[in-house]
Amino acid sequence: MQQEKYAQIEKELSPKPPIMKNVIKAFLIGGSICLIGQFIALFYITYFDFTERTASNPTVATMIFIAMLLTGFGLYKKIAQFGGAGAAVPITGFGNAVVSASIEHKSEGYVLGVGGNMFKLAGSVILFGVFSAFVVALIKTILVKFGVVSW
Amino acid sequence: MISIYITSFIVGGLICVIGQLLMDVAKLTPAHTLCSLVVVGSVLDGIGWYEPFIDFAGAGATIPITSFGNALTHGAMAEAERHGLVGVVTGMFEVTSSGISAAIIFGLIGALLFTSKGNI
Amino acid sequence: MVKRGVLTFHSKPSIYATGVTAGPLENKKSVFAQQFDKSYEDERCDLPTNEDGHKQLMYDAVLIALSKAKKQPEKIDFLLTGDLVNQMTPSNFTAHALAIPYIGLFSACATSVSSMITAALLADAKHANWIVAGSSSQHNAIERQFRYPVEYGSQKGATAQWTVTAAGAALIGQHTQGTPVIDCATVGKVVDMGMTDPLNMGSAMAPAASDTLMNHLTGHGKTVDDYDTIITGDLGSNGFKIFKALANENGLPHTKNFRDAGEEFYGNDPSFKAGASGSGCSAAVFFSDVYQKLLTGEYKRVLLLATGALLSPLSFQQGDTIPCIAHAIELTMEEVTAP
Repeated sequence: MQQEKYAQIEKELSPKPPIMKNVIKAFLIGGSICLIGQFIALFYITYFDFTERTASNPTVATMIFIAMLLTGFGLYKKIAQFGGAGAAVPITGFGNAVVSASIEHKSEGYVLGVGGNMFKLAGSVILFGVFSAFVVALIKTILVKFGVVSW
Repeated sequence: MISIYITSFIVGGLICVIGQLLMDVAKLTPAHTLCSLVVVGSVLDGIGWYEPFIDFAGAGATIPITSFGNALTHGAMAEAERHGLVGVVTGMFEVTSSGISAAIIFGLIGALLFTSKGNI
Repeated sequence: MVKRGVLTFHSKPSIYATGVTAGPLENKKSVFAQQFDKSYEDERCDLPTNEDGHKQLMYDAVLIALSKAKKQPEKIDFLLTGDLVNQMTPSNFTAHALAIPYIGLFSACATSVSSMITAALLADAKHANWIVAGSSSQHNAIERQFRYPVEYGSQKGATAQWTVTAAGAALIGQHTQGTPVIDCATVGKVVDMGMTDPLNMGSAMAPAASDTLMNHLTGHGKTVDDYDTIITGDLGSNGFKIFKALANENGLPHTKNFRDAGEEFYGNDPSFKAGASGSGCSAAVFFSDVYQKLLTGEYKRVLLLATGALLSPLSFQQGDTIPCIAHAIELTMEEVTAP
């Protein structure tokens, strides 16, 4: 049988992802995580010396801490199975990627295992974040220099 | 005051919906999806849209991974404004250091405390 | 005339005993749990690493099979096992612990049958009296190698399968009355239909299963009706559906006696998506449920059709398609003739 013909049969019989259902679940989980973040930010603004602008730093750290606990107790993968991108896109998903890789590679030791593999999933996000920031900031700086735009 | 909670829920949820569509419709892997969103966040800050977006949506804009791209770019641009071209490199992690350092610290603590469980 | 890949074992080697071990989740969720010989409270068998636990599964399965036939490892001529971990270290360590002459076999999840075929060849050629064949998989060890860390949150679609924690071993020797015997077999060709999704192995493996099934039926002059069951290894619900559609297309009108070990393993529990997979899946089902049904006479003649996806994490990240293989082996339970 030809590959094209098989691809057709396979496509016909394989289940399609329930996109509408997945989207709704991603919305609910993602929205809830951001809402929790908003409450944590409020906590830092009310009880500590943070402004609305600076509160996002401790908020992010707290969210990653919560992600560590959920990952360690085996709950984050269940949230992610339900919520899909709703669990992957918030910063807690970044935390889950780092913590899960660390836990998994503990068996190879803290230097080669945890140290060497901590960023094996999250590393690409850092790479592309840093590189795109570099390019964007570079372009902006040059444009400002030539007086095209202002800061 | 209450409205920021509603907007953060809706806006944060919608960014995740974009991520879900990238995975289910565009068939990107989770890693490709997250990288794309980070780049989008970075570009949006370059054209000056992300900061007003944070004012509008609060945690709905700062919790999704797009804000990571925004924060990196924001730090780089702020330093470039003060010190010129070299600031693009030196200012990169000025704003976003908390996310990275928290991930590293809690990653190691997580490894110390937990082992993985193949449960369902 | 020699037909490529088609084997007939004239001496009809026997399967004397089998041993199946399984992890705690399998003990709780598998419909075959009652038929497994041993299960563990801990997913790592109370050992420090996943791979250590993986080794223990295989080691215990072999010892259980031997103890049922009252044999010691020193009496066994060959050990033929395989698994999915890099360089098959769990099998290698098992072989060291047992100190039996050993050949490691890799056919991914089809290793349960490829090891039985090799064992039957050795027995049929009188190179050995006692051979142990088997394969195993351990969920955590395989997931972290082929996909993501176990605790990483990624949404699995309906075609994804759950790697089982289980091992199966079979003690094979010269023909004896009253035991299930190996009649014939067909060694499969690698079939690659251009599938690339590592979370949809069923679709990739179904054409290989179909190809080997047709080769077996034509090569040995059999029809589907000759078998009480034709049981595939771990196609999962999606792959099994496609496999049956391909069988219909190949002129096999009814597929009532078809089974799939992967689809049945967790009793169609939707949280396991398309079902079970892993080289322990087919071994555990073949050496428990199918073997026991042969012993009780419920099955007289069965065709085991184990399927394997021969990919590596490297190959699919480099954009390669998923090459797949299926091996078939035919077992019969002979009527015991009165002396």
